[in-house]
Amino acid sequence: MNRRTSAFIPAATGAVSGLWRQALHGLSARLQPGKTLVASIPTFWLALFFLIPFVVVFKISLAEPAIAVPPYTALFEWDADLALASLQLNLGNYLFLFEDSLYLEAYLNSIKVAAISTFITLLLAYPMAYMIARSSPSNRVILLSLVILPFWTSFLLRVYAWMGFLKKNGVVNELLLSMGLIDEPLIMLQTDFAIYIGIIYTYLPFMVLPLYSTLEKLDISLLEAAEDLGCKPMQRFFLVTLPLSLPGMLAGCLLVFIPALGEYVIPALLGGSDTLMIGRVLWDEFFLNRDWPRASAVAILMLLFLVMPIMLLRNAQGRREERT
Amino acid sequence: MKRRKPGFLQLSSWLGFAFLYAPIISLIVYSFNASKLVTVWGGFSLKWYSALLDNEQIIDAAIVSLKVAVISASLAVVLGTLAGFCLSRFGRFRGRMALSGMITAPLVMPEVITGLSLLLLFVALEGSFGWPAGRGITTVIIAHVTFCMAYVAVVVQSRLATLDESLEEAAMDLGAKPWTLFFLVTLPLISPALISGWLLSFTLSLDDLVIASFVSGPGNSTLPMVIFSKVRLGVTPEINALATLMILVVAVSVLGATWQLRRQSRSVRSNA
Repeated sequence: MNRRTSAFIPAATGAVSGLWRQALHGLSARLQPGKTLVASIPTFWLALFFLIPFVVVFKISLAEPAIAVPPYTALFEWDADLALASLQLNLGNYLFLFEDSLYLEAYLNSIKVAAISTFITLLLAYPMAYMIARSSPSNRVILLSLVILPFWTSFLLRVYAWMGFLKKNGVVNELLLSMGLIDEPLIMLQTDFAIYIGIIYTYLPFMVLPLYSTLEKLDISLLEAAEDLGCKPMQRFFLVTLPLSLPGMLAGCLLVFIPALGEYVIPALLGGSDTLMIGRVLWDEFFLNRDWPRASAVAILMLLFLVMPIMLLRNAQGRREERT
Repeated sequence: MKRRKPGFLQLSSWLGFAFLYAPIISLIVYSFNASKLVTVWGGFSLKWYSALLDNEQIIDAAIVSLKVAVISASLAVVLGTLAGFCLSRFGRFRGRMALSGMITAPLVMPEVITGLSLLLLFVALEGSFGWPAGRGITTVIIAHVTFCMAYVAVVVQSRLATLDESLEEAAMDLGAKPWTLFFLVTLPLISPALISGWLLSFTLSLDDLVIASFVSGPGNSTLPMVIFSKVRLGVTPEINALATLMILVVAVSVLGATWQLRRQSRSVRSNA
């Protein structure tokens, strides 16, 4: 990766590729207690504000909703007559999630939307990354900053820009009408189409950057060898370039797929009210229904079935990269 | 390759760039539109900008957001640098597994889960210890520091990985104590990473809607929360004006920072 730009795209590239390529050397073996002390500061912060919260979520997912502040029942109750503490666990929240098909549909639909938009993003990003990697070094810097610049502007405002674009009397419809391609405005806003557009648009840079960094490193002599051995351009692309860019493709796909799964803002602004996505279900359960225990149960299942498999996959990929 | 297939490759790339920029450009153009109907051009006007400056709700929220972003970016840089440094320079130490596992997890956590879990923690803490009393700027800052420090740690680690370790070794050979070494040698060397980590955290904090919605209290709405509540009702020209201003600020500061970093890396290289 280009040195000048590498500082700006850490989130995209650093997060997945070559993460734990750390050297196994210490400053000095004598400093062990001091090291532990220094390391304990960030560790303590993350334990308190990242790890323990999940324990709290799990606890509340077993409580019952109540009209109170905060709106759930306590798990432990002190019985004054018997002088006994009783533990009340309520699995009803989880059972309900399996009984009502709405939740399962929302999970499946989130996976479908995330998978399709990741695939389209890949198709769109590949030629861009390829062109940037093959252009002259000075052009490369400019094109790369053009890809990164939108990432620095407000995500919310960029999604909002699409509302003005896609609505009934929006830019796209006006353009198509004036060109005589359509007779009446298309309904695009508040459809699944708009959600796909929003996700692809938002996460396109996340796909271009890792693809670019693998394509840039690709050894040209391999392509020349393939050509000498009689490969046609198309064959050469599918037999040499594509397989060699697989790590970048995988990294980019994860960077798009993961946030798309839990997306709330894009379906809320661009999608219709009938679009079920799990991030939105959790939000509505919490803010509209004020059912904190059920929202917690949704979060726990999301962690178990969506986040955990992805983290395991990522770790496996990281280890494979370390080995090569 | 370029000479073989210029047509398809370039056409699809330019299509990609057009896709990235068309909505942003239309936002900017229509922010100067005199007509309230966003698609009808009613002549050039700056009235949405003056309406924006008169909108106290937006101005107040912008102040809250800037405060939160500056404080949480600064704290995130301190904690994230510590974490990144420990992970890439300390070798094996007690708690390494815990730290390395927790530092990347916020990067893959869906925002709704992070927001919900932190809110429930704050409620539980308040119930047991009386702190934090109510929710507001403090709770939003804590939440933002937690997910921003993960990004900073990644930036710092990747910078440390490319750094020439002989400089640090030389300082140690010359008798530098660990703290002297860190503040006089390592920190200046990774300063570009600290700047970009700070800018990244600042942007992420300024941009966050979902987590802030969970953990902020009444009367402490951040800018994205106010924008979201307005935008849900439809397209408003005032927001176009706001977006244009924000894009302008971002474009100028990103270009400035890129230029600064280029100059710095050049001088580092020529000094080395």
